[in-house]
Amino acid sequence: MNNATQNSVFIAFQTNDDTRPIIEAIGNDNPNAQINRYPAMVKVDAPGRLVVRRASIEALIGRAYDLRELHINLISLSGNIDESDDEFVLHWNKN
Amino acid sequence: MQVDIRTTSVTQLRNTFSHVARRLGSDKAASRYQEATFDLQSTVNFHYRPLWQPELALYDVLRTQIEMKDWYAFRDPRQYYYGSYTIARARQQDVMEKNIGFVEKRGLLRDLAQVERAALIFALVPLRHVEWGANLNNSYITAYGYGTAITQATMFHAMDRLGLAQYLSRIGLQLDGNSGDSLAQGKTLWLEHAAWQNLRRLVERLMVTKDWFELFVAQNLVLDGLLHPLIFQHYERRASAEHGPALSLLTQFMTDWFNESARWVDATIKTAALQSPANETLLRDWIANYGTVCNDALASYASAVFGQDADIALAQIDAAFETRVAKLGLKGAEKAA
Repeated sequence: MNNATQNSVFIAFQTNDDTRPIIEAIGNDNPNAQINRYPAMVKVDAPGRLVVRRASIEALIGRAYDLRELHINLISLSGNIDESDDEFVLHWNKN
Repeated sequence: MQVDIRTTSVTQLRNTFSHVARRLGSDKAASRYQEATFDLQSTVNFHYRPLWQPELALYDVLRTQIEMKDWYAFRDPRQYYYGSYTIARARQQDVMEKNIGFVEKRGLLRDLAQVERAALIFALVPLRHVEWGANLNNSYITAYGYGTAITQATMFHAMDRLGLAQYLSRIGLQLDGNSGDSLAQGKTLWLEHAAWQNLRRLVERLMVTKDWFELFVAQNLVLDGLLHPLIFQHYERRASAEHGPALSLLTQFMTDWFNESARWVDATIKTAALQSPANETLLRDWIANYGTVCNDALASYASAVFGQDADIALAQIDAAFETRVAKLGLKGAEKAA
């Protein structure tokens, strides 16, 4: 495996009306992320680190959002998770 | 027999409706709110003018002095369309039913002293008539307003007001042991008691306000912006201090609803003001004018309910309202309010 693959993290969601703003927010917050659309699934790959911000999602959907709502439509993810009320971060622990 | 499972993917040719795509700038996936809002109101092929107002078309931008290049600029920050609105309200209704059940079962309001119950009936029950007026006014805005973006939100707002009136009635029923006496009493107070007459005059005056955007400002921004905090923040706090938080359980929706709908009201006013200096002047004058009128209308009610603290309560809601109006970016409007 090359270095890029080793370092990359991903998060995959079902394709539906609930996840569309989430994916848009992730795309805006992570310029390096690549959004791959599959039948019924959207997989977001990012080198090294990927952040999901509550404020960005709330700005798009116009209501309060709890980051735990992510799990309703979550298919899979990779990386170590660092979760707070405001951010859901995927990355690999270096040590 | 060999069975091959293959994935076949069908790519859709278009992501959204053409009229929505034109507004978004390209054919990308649109939200339900956008699809359920943009350009829904008919604009052409009306064969006849309304018999009751032949100088105007059925939907006509001339029914208000406010001018907009694009009437769909009035986006609702809550993004309420029928689905999201009903789901949100149904959840809140569940909470309220539980709260009402809690208060009912323990007789928290029913078992108060006669004097205290009478005071609550005086302060709250006639308010259902104010809310009904607000329902009527928002229905008027919905009927004569222009563009689905604002009229669907005002329709939801109208239904909210009916809900508020019902919750107030149920507070009355809690107080009179489900006899309905408090409602009759509330109506008599509303029609006859001196403390309510200025407010009633104002509500009835709003019912005959022709310009629907002026009515929007008067009802949804100014009157609500002063009356709701006075009752559901100041009076409620006072009542809790006197006889426990039973009332707060029954006004939880009112408080949440006010904060939520204020976001939409403010966004709507801001959008109209941004359009042109002429709009800004109109809005500023309306806010200043109705600010004075509403303050006068509230004075006798406030002194009946708050006694000697009335001036402090009114000064506090005025200050809060001024801060809110200042954020709308209309310079000078906050002065007269």
